Amino acid sequence: MLKHTPFYPRTAPLMEGQAWRRWAGYVVASSYELLHDREYHAIRSSAALLDVSPLYKYLITGPDAERLLDRVVIRNVGKSKVGQVLYTAWCDAAGKVIDDGTISRLGEQTFRMTAADPNIRWLHLNATGLNVTIEDVSESTAALALQGPNARVILQQLTDADLTALKYFRLTPATIRGIPVTISRTGYTGDLGYEIWVDAPNALPLWDVLIEAGTPYGITPCGILALDVARLEAGLMLLEVDYISAHRALIESQKSSPFELNLGWAVSLDKAWFVGKAALEEEARRGAAWQFVGLEVEWDSLERLYAAVGLPPRLPTVAWRTSVPVYSGGEQVGYATSGCWSPLLKKYIALAHVRSEVARPGTPLAMEVTVEHRRKQAAARVAKTPFFNPERKRA
Amino acid sequence: MLKKATRYDAIVIGGGHNGLVNAAYLARAGKRVLVLERRPRVGGAAVTEEVFPGFKFSMFSYVVSLLRPEIIRDLDLPGHGLHILPLESTVTPMLNGDYLAAWADHDATRRELVRHSPRDAEAYDEYGRLMHHMARAVKPIISMVPPDPTSLSPRDLLGLLRLGKHFRGLGAEQFHALFKLMTMSSADFLDEWFETDVLKATKSASGIIGTFLGPRSPGTAYVLLHHYMGEIDGVFRAWGFAKGGTGSVSEAIASAARNFGAEIHTDAPVARVLVKGGRATGVALENGEEIRARVVVSGLDPRRTFLQLVEPNELPGEFVDDIKRFKFRGSSGKVNLALGALPNFTCMPGNGPHLRGAVSISPNLEYVERAYDDAKYGEFSRQPYMDVVIPSLIDPGMAPPGKHVMSIFVQYAPYNLNGGWTDAKREAFGDAVIDTIAQFAPNIRSCILHRQVLTPADIERITGLSEGNIFQGELALHQLFFLRPAPSWAKYRTPVRGFYQCGSGTHPGGGIMGASGRLAALAVLEDGV
Repeated sequence: MLKHTPFYPRTAPLMEGQAWRRWAGYVVASSYELLHDREYHAIRSSAALLDVSPLYKYLITGPDAERLLDRVVIRNVGKSKVGQVLYTAWCDAAGKVIDDGTISRLGEQTFRMTAADPNIRWLHLNATGLNVTIEDVSESTAALALQGPNARVILQQLTDADLTALKYFRLTPATIRGIPVTISRTGYTGDLGYEIWVDAPNALPLWDVLIEAGTPYGITPCGILALDVARLEAGLMLLEVDYISAHRALIESQKSSPFELNLGWAVSLDKAWFVGKAALEEEARRGAAWQFVGLEVEWDSLERLYAAVGLPPRLPTVAWRTSVPVYSGGEQVGYATSGCWSPLLKKYIALAHVRSEVARPGTPLAMEVTVEHRRKQAAARVAKTPFFNPERKRA
Repeated sequence: MLKKATRYDAIVIGGGHNGLVNAAYLARAGKRVLVLERRPRVGGAAVTEEVFPGFKFSMFSYVVSLLRPEIIRDLDLPGHGLHILPLESTVTPMLNGDYLAAWADHDATRRELVRHSPRDAEAYDEYGRLMHHMARAVKPIISMVPPDPTSLSPRDLLGLLRLGKHFRGLGAEQFHALFKLMTMSSADFLDEWFETDVLKATKSASGIIGTFLGPRSPGTAYVLLHHYMGEIDGVFRAWGFAKGGTGSVSEAIASAARNFGAEIHTDAPVARVLVKGGRATGVALENGEEIRARVVVSGLDPRRTFLQLVEPNELPGEFVDDIKRFKFRGSSGKVNLALGALPNFTCMPGNGPHLRGAVSISPNLEYVERAYDDAKYGEFSRQPYMDVVIPSLIDPGMAPPGKHVMSIFVQYAPYNLNGGWTDAKREAFGDAVIDTIAQFAPNIRSCILHRQVLTPADIERITGLSEGNIFQGELALHQLFFLRPAPSWAKYRTPVRGFYQCGSGTHPGGGIMGASGRLAALAVLEDGV
């Protein structure tokens, strides 16, 4: 049986359409309301409250905690300061990505790692001979994401921690109306926002005070459908949707290296040995064969395709998560893995794997679209990601 | 402030949304453009103002309906801050304490309709499909320069031919429906489809907005179509509430225009257009300053454009006559309320999703028609039709935390009120509005912190819109397409060479659409400035 998150007693009564979905063995809301529109706009216009408890969370402590993480992930954990959060990926020995997530440095020897998939075995395998404790705190730690332009003003009313001083990808211990929490300035929306980490027994009182303080500022409980649109606008990829874990891939071509996932910036080749380093050094020399890019489907082209059958363009208001061929001059040069209509940007956007030769922003490509049961190609252009990157995200 | 030596390619008079769109397109084409706005801020009737401290209002125009998608794209308005939030539902309280609701979810709306009439619930989808086809039939017209059916120029003939082909392609059934839409009253048209009175009343309301007509007046059915054009773009979501109010739409367009190099000057009222040898050469400001330009574009309404900015002897007498006869007849007012608490509607007590959408005060057809009867004889409606929204529930930034703003569009309030508008009449009008709302939400009076009442006379005084008509001239069939604003001069050009018109008094006009501004810019560019 699937589990409920600690917020279930609050989220369940909000479910107008009972639109639950699965996430890492839990059920969470696709959308609370029948349509996800308002939940999406809350992310961009006021504030959205998301239950992100199903994330895998590991507490890694001990004198060798830093060494373990530096062995496993591609970024340089040793350079991080207490209170810093790193977004990173980790690879197998062949330099192919297993998963991506965040590492929060809670203390000199204390880290919290989040992951989309279970990784405890992989961590243990790499901890041989190290003085480190790895604890799976996925169930005992609940998490809420408060995302949107009003996130700060809502949260600041409830805590003494100075949130203006809390920079992007930093965290602080705090109390929210007496409830001990960790607040990190992170999220999966590409907007101003925070994630709040709390011991599961305190989950419900935390939810209640946030709703109470947030209501005058338009706080809106928000499900995964809305988040999916926001993360696409932010150009953020999703495991098992946009790429396949090297641990799950059945054939070589299903795997991706960090360079192929637009994560070259995160690869710290200057640090000591880590899993996959040799392969990544080699790939850095050779250059990646693939790139992970943004695509903008051109409206006029799409409109023409639909006008030919007497219809206005049908736009994906719910993000799709399938593999769609991408062409250049009639040749298939890649595939898009997720896409949606951006209600904010008024653009049809997608994330795609394409051959490196056609990955430069502005390159004209074509993406397959199905118009009235027939396969057509709509003109598209490689676009810089994030598609949407408001100043408030970092300000 | 202005360097007199500077010579502009184009001066746009009036920084309303169409003037700004016009300037943006001209600047985008590389022209040196100057926009002159009389008021301290741009936007015209699409302005957001902090009328009471902490309470912001879309003072006049309050929803974005038909802003053209091509304009949003061409000017990258989202990149300049445009964010349209969904306005999802409409609830109509009834006199017997019941209500009719239309929700964003199709099934939810259907179930609600079944409650009133299972037959109407089924007709509703069929009606929607017909209107979809009708809107698609009419939509191309919005983005085209209206061809003149009396002209023999190849351009006009070609345009007419295309249009003819387009209409022939509709098929007999749809063509007949279109003809009915063009000629019938909205009440009669809706009678053919539905039996639920409150449904017909609420739908018919969209056929009378901005006109001096009632739901039983012929010609109003056509205006229903405008709503469905928004529906076609529905998935595109150009329909809704602009974050920050409608002023933020104007600000986004202004920002795009500046980005393309246009200069925008506020507090710069234009006295007249300078004409030499039948050609516009620039403008004279009210402070006497003269600025030269190769062309001048007016975003003001036809009356101001031709009877105020230009000397009558520069224009043909017949044309002046036509413009004098162009009907404005402002018929609507606006009441803006600052609220300390939310209204409690008897039909749906408490806070709920209905408050985040529109509340339509149109309990039955007779109610709306009677509201018109008052206006016909020179009085404001004692029981007016109203469209009520609470923007702060959609966009909390419009009011201080926990407080709210309410925007009430009110019809009818005739510009030519018996005895004229006075302060006392304005307050009496405001009282009638509040009294009517109180019938449906009895606690409304105790919620009100501040009240702003705007009559057509106020709308004219503040925005300059003649007779307070929100569309720069009635959206009546005899004032549309190749007749807007006058026969032979419906293509943005005027009898004065180098002088153009770009306001919503030209085709296609009406609403925050921007189409007039864009098409006028294309006309200017085509003439080779």
